[in-house]
Amino acid sequence: MDSIKEKIQSKSKETRQEVTGKILSYSAIILIVAVVISIFAFVASKGIATFTQNHASLKDFFLTTDWSPTAVGKDGRPLVGALPMILGSFGVTLLAVLFATPFAIGTALYMTQIASKRGHRLLQIVIELLVGIPSVVYGFIGLSVVVPFVRTHFGGSGYGILSGSFVLFVMVLPTVTSMTEDSLRAVPSYYKSASLALGATEWQTIYKVILRAALPGILTAVVFGMARAFGEALAVQMVIGNATLMPKGLLSASSTLTSVLTMGIGNTVMGTVGNNALWSLALVLLLMSLIFNLLIKWIGRRGRF
Amino acid sequence: MKKKQIITTLLVLGLALAGCAKQDSSAKKTIQVVGSSAMQPIVEMGAHEYQRSVPEQKITVQGGGSGTGLSQVQSGAVDIGNSDIFAANQKGIAASKLHDHKLAVIGVAPIVNKDVGVKNITMAQLRGIYTGHYTNWKQLGGQNIEIVVIDRAQGSGTRSIFDSEVLGGQKKMKAQEQDSNGSVQHMVADTPGAISYVSFPYLKDTFTALKIDGIAPTTKNVTTNAWKLWGYEHMYTGKSPSKETKAFINYLLKSDKIQEKLLTRLHYISLRSMKVEKDQHGKVTPVE
Repeated sequence: MDSIKEKIQSKSKETRQEVTGKILSYSAIILIVAVVISIFAFVASKGIATFTQNHASLKDFFLTTDWSPTAVGKDGRPLVGALPMILGSFGVTLLAVLFATPFAIGTALYMTQIASKRGHRLLQIVIELLVGIPSVVYGFIGLSVVVPFVRTHFGGSGYGILSGSFVLFVMVLPTVTSMTEDSLRAVPSYYKSASLALGATEWQTIYKVILRAALPGILTAVVFGMARAFGEALAVQMVIGNATLMPKGLLSASSTLTSVLTMGIGNTVMGTVGNNALWSLALVLLLMSLIFNLLIKWIGRRGRF
Repeated sequence: MKKKQIITTLLVLGLALAGCAKQDSSAKKTIQVVGSSAMQPIVEMGAHEYQRSVPEQKITVQGGGSGTGLSQVQSGAVDIGNSDIFAANQKGIAASKLHDHKLAVIGVAPIVNKDVGVKNITMAQLRGIYTGHYTNWKQLGGQNIEIVVIDRAQGSGTRSIFDSEVLGGQKKMKAQEQDSNGSVQHMVADTPGAISYVSFPYLKDTFTALKIDGIAPTTKNVTTNAWKLWGYEHMYTGKSPSKETKAFINYLLKSDKIQEKLLTRLHYISLRSMKVEKDQHGKVTPVE
């Protein structure tokens, strides 16, 4: 009797495993959350210091165009006009996604609706390969192929938003394609069957039923692509020209938040205006990626079917 | 399955910790050098040579930029901070707390795309290009090609040498910026009408190096200050560097292998051959 009582009252091996498992997963979660919070706190404290310690004006930061953080303007405040970079970042991002989306939807439709199993597998390999290419390789191809191409066919020096968007187009294509494919695949097959049974052609089915049903998923894919394009640094930096000037068009040398950041961070000293101003750019980047994330969540919640 | 997972997790964690512990125990011996990427090749090769005679000495050399080098050595995170600029000229650095060791002299030369049709230029013209006064090579006696100005990143050592000698206090116009000699080489060679500047080790025959006022960018002209675009490669340490650090720097500054052979081979200039010296304000005085 006693042995049974003991067995029931004491912790079994499985219970102990349960506890260990919980401890492990909780500590992992706590670690991750702590890392995220401290990154946010660090970037925010540094980024805000430009405005609190160095007395730059927040309005100038978003609305003026003169970026020379180490110099001071007439009002004695550091010149931190980040508008050219903010516009540059949005410019390349929007254009890249604009180029990529039609191709991504086309490819994903082919893969899910039209292609044979073999065709599908082949395309999947191609797209996964595109994901795996490091960004410096994209940048180098951009420098040696895209820039001369833009120079001879569109004019200018070849460096600018257009070249940046061409490079980013290839880089965001796999992300948008594979997510679009997932959302097309998630459309219940009886939608398609019902539509075909009613006498609709394949194209009518795709256009009127499948694409409509998958729209929220496709939008999510596009926003994901934007988030990737917005944060890309190296490849864009190599082809955009890095001039902190207001973009005069798609062909004039411009810069993005990331390109200015990567160029400047090694040449400034922690705690100086120049360095803090760069952290302010980083803060903008971080907030933008937060906004992209919230947008994805919002679309996901609204469009569930 | 679960048990396996836990064991793997612990193993990975354990290995990571062991890795940290191992680094800690040997940190005493390792000399850490961080900073200017332009200096990285000489210091790396110098370290390699040094390790031939002192094999147990570990030396890590990293790039990251002059600003990084100076701030890391100031905070005591590394032993040596490499910089192309005088610490006194870098904002946020207390130069009095650092010790300067001048390793070598480096020249900087303006370079242009081969097709612009200009080989010689005056200092005033060069200033005119970088302040936005000239916009076409035609105005300087060259072909009818628009000038594409390529600048270096703000705070880069090469740029500070260029700015202090060429601009004469005038405000530079905003232009494209690149953060490495390598990408500048590539861009000037491929872009019609491009002008930029690189340090001597990066001169190549895929583009034209300009003469200024008839003087060619050569090592010899730097030693007499006939060629004005030059500066020092500094290795900064704290006021009391470790025994190992002192020995390493001493080797780099005194060894003939480094100062005579290596520097010449990499197109740097040894301080021994300099007939003039320059202070942090750009004032040049003859060496006695």
